[in-house]
Amino acid sequence: MAVPLECYLGLSVALFTLGAIGVLIRRNILIILMCIEMMLNAVNLAFIGFADTFKAVDGQMFVFFVMTVAAAEVAVGLALVVAVFRNRATVSVDDLNLMKW
Amino acid sequence: MIDYVWLIPVFPLVGFLINGLLGQKLSKNTVGAIGSGAVGLSFLLTVGIFLEYLKLPPQARPVEKVVYTWIASGAFQAPVAFLVDPLSLIMLLVVSGVSTLIHIYSVGYMHDDPGFYRYFSYLNLFVFAMLTLVGANNFLLMFVGWEGVGLCSYLLIGFWYEKQSASDAGKKAFVVNRIGDFGFLLGMFLIFWTFGSLNFREVFALAGNFPVGDLTITAITLCLFLGATGKSAQLPLYTWLPDAMEGPTPVSALIHAATMVTAGVYMVARCSALYVLAPISLTTVAIVGAGTAIFAATIGLAQFDIKRVLAYSTVSQLGYMFLACGVGAFISGIFHLMTHAFFKALLFLDSGSVIHGMHGEQDMRKMGGLKKKMPITYKTYILATLAIAGIFPFAGFFSKDEILFFSLVDGHLVYWGIATAAAFITAFYMFRSVFMTFHGEARWDPHVHPHESPPLMTVPLIILAVLSVVGGFVGFPIIEGLHVFRDFLAPSITPLKAAEHHSVTFEVAMMIFSMGVAGVGIYTAYKMYMVKPELPDKVVAKFPTVYDYVYNKYYVDELYDATVVEPIKDGSNFLWTGVDDQVVDGAVNGSAGFVAWLSAHLRKLETGFLSNYALAILLGVTVIVGYLLGYVG
Amino acid sequence: MQTLFYILAGTALVAGALVVFQTHPLRSALWLIVNFFAVAGIYLLASAEFIAAIQIIVYAGAIMVLFLFVIMLLNLRQPEEPMPMSALGSRILAVTLAVTTGFLVMFGLKQAVIIPARTGPPGLGNTESVARLLFTDYLLPFEVTSVLLLVAIVGAVILSKSRLK
Repeated sequence: MAVPLECYLGLSVALFTLGAIGVLIRRNILIILMCIEMMLNAVNLAFIGFADTFKAVDGQMFVFFVMTVAAAEVAVGLALVVAVFRNRATVSVDDLNLMKW
Repeated sequence: MIDYVWLIPVFPLVGFLINGLLGQKLSKNTVGAIGSGAVGLSFLLTVGIFLEYLKLPPQARPVEKVVYTWIASGAFQAPVAFLVDPLSLIMLLVVSGVSTLIHIYSVGYMHDDPGFYRYFSYLNLFVFAMLTLVGANNFLLMFVGWEGVGLCSYLLIGFWYEKQSASDAGKKAFVVNRIGDFGFLLGMFLIFWTFGSLNFREVFALAGNFPVGDLTITAITLCLFLGATGKSAQLPLYTWLPDAMEGPTPVSALIHAATMVTAGVYMVARCSALYVLAPISLTTVAIVGAGTAIFAATIGLAQFDIKRVLAYSTVSQLGYMFLACGVGAFISGIFHLMTHAFFKALLFLDSGSVIHGMHGEQDMRKMGGLKKKMPITYKTYILATLAIAGIFPFAGFFSKDEILFFSLVDGHLVYWGIATAAAFITAFYMFRSVFMTFHGEARWDPHVHPHESPPLMTVPLIILAVLSVVGGFVGFPIIEGLHVFRDFLAPSITPLKAAEHHSVTFEVAMMIFSMGVAGVGIYTAYKMYMVKPELPDKVVAKFPTVYDYVYNKYYVDELYDATVVEPIKDGSNFLWTGVDDQVVDGAVNGSAGFVAWLSAHLRKLETGFLSNYALAILLGVTVIVGYLLGYVG
Repeated sequence: MQTLFYILAGTALVAGALVVFQTHPLRSALWLIVNFFAVAGIYLLASAEFIAAIQIIVYAGAIMVLFLFVIMLLNLRQPEEPMPMSALGSRILAVTLAVTTGFLVMFGLKQAVIIPARTGPPGLGNTESVARLLFTDYLLPFEVTSVLLLVAIVGAVILSKSRLK
């Protein structure tokens, strides 16, 4: 007895919204990165749900690639955080308004 | 040798380039030698060509030499080409000959000036332009020379540019000349539009097909005449010439007396084929000429600056030439042009010699008694004055008498009356200047020690004096075949009507009368300035209003200022402060200001905070998702 | 099975909410690991064993270790300072928007008629079938990911150097 597609998608949307809220309201750049990871996870969940419902492995392929990209993103993102922290001694996005220029 | 006619203007051009580019490094003697030599070579070449031309059989005349095609655009052809015919030869001879003498004179006159090389390069450039003007075989090349002499005139009037009045005078000459040039240009456009060519001979040949009084031809000739009034300082555009006396005196002699100002006369004579078809234009020319002759002469009565007296007499004599052209006596106009070139150049060079000897003093009230101090200057000045007054056998007598004669027989009694009155006044004020300058007691400032000029300056004076004396004999009247000048020039000129024969008694009577008029003028001057020196003041006291008008040149400058210059200034000021500053700049600055204002507000959207950007993205997502759902649903 | 899914889903949501609302990043990270584990469990339920395995190894393992490492490296002891009142409006707007979007998507999905692009035989999803597809149809993207990872490594190294020359 399989889990219906609606359950997968509902959980996916809920997690995605949660992640989006986190990205928007948190100011610690590390937590924002984690929330982005969570949003990616929500997307992965939707893929897996589809793959399970239609018995197609292609969905799992996308999850695999998303994970790879996530890994790369985290590596670069954390390196950036370290670099920024080293220069400005802060991880709060409110202090990082250099994008104005 | 006639093939090398193009070299005539090229010599001065080369001189201009050498002096202009390298003059600063060369010694003054070298600069002077190059300048004078270049023009001298032109003169020698002109003489050679002249002699060769005389030997040509009539069917081989005139000669046209195309150097190269300058502009070829469809039907429009403007070659750099020279026309060798009697008229251009006479002009070339006069221009290059007088120029050579004045160049030599200038070496002495300008010797202490720091702008020596600049002066000579301008002078050579002027000769180049003038020779191009008179040698050209089409209107466009003529216009090149026409503009070139205008430019040089501007440069040379404002030669002492650190003097405010000199640079103002230069600007005035340039602007007033531009008004005339505008007329010349319009005339040129009309000619091309009507005839499809700018070549003199083609145009004049085609003009024969038009009836007398044709409106187009009238318009063309009137436009061209407007150009002539500008260049030749006729009413109403004469005001620049007296101010042009701010330039060095040899420049006044060369440009503003002997050559450039005669360009208008030359042009009218050159276009005689067109003018004879336009009686209205001829009448205009005659009226303007006669009017200018008497108008300028009366102003000359009350001037005290020796150069200004000569300037007004130049304007007046040019009026004579136009009067001659206006009554159809083109040849007499050119004849007077030539003799005038001799004696007016001489008068100016004499005045230059006086000014040189008086250390820059130009006011005749501070001269007097210079006869002993400057014998050569005095004698040559007397000869030139006799020539301009029209006393037999000096050059001016023949030409002036011819003009008076033709203005009566071919023109109108009024013309003749005006011209005779002007002749009387001319004789009077010219001798007034002689008496005030050279006779009477010395009135000069104590620190001035007048002296005769060096030979470099006096030799040209003597040569010009000889020419002023004998120059008229080429146009000996009455006896058939002795008027060599007329016979030589006739092929270049389209006569208004066939030559008539007048009784010898009538001609002689006319001569005696005109000489009598001049004699009375001279005697009056003698009475007033030699015998009873207090008389002029009495006359002035008797007619204060008239004197005031004459002394102030009839307030023409003030009138022009009030009616033309000031309104233009006001209009320009309005365009500047009103239209340009407010509207144009306002539109430009306003659009920039609007963008700046908009950006100032829009930039507040760009906070630089990450969260705001993420929020914007989410907003976009919401809108798009909402839109898509509405679309799907 | 359904029950198990709801348990795992509830765990994931609670853990996710705690990630968002924890003040200290270290705690957020730990709750994120819980979240990842719950999601991995759901993957297992959906018979995606391989994905579940790498979810734990890569995400919960490697990535989170990296996070923790950085948090500790930066030594962020003090909690986030309280939110300024001026920013409150935009925060509320953000939450509202996010929730609205979520509901919109959910609403849209409910209405959507989903037609599968390809359906395979049931029971697939084991490691072997994943590997088969990965090295045949998806070979080129697979190879490209290796380049992507290389680039990320180089980028991270360059960014982490103490002085940029």
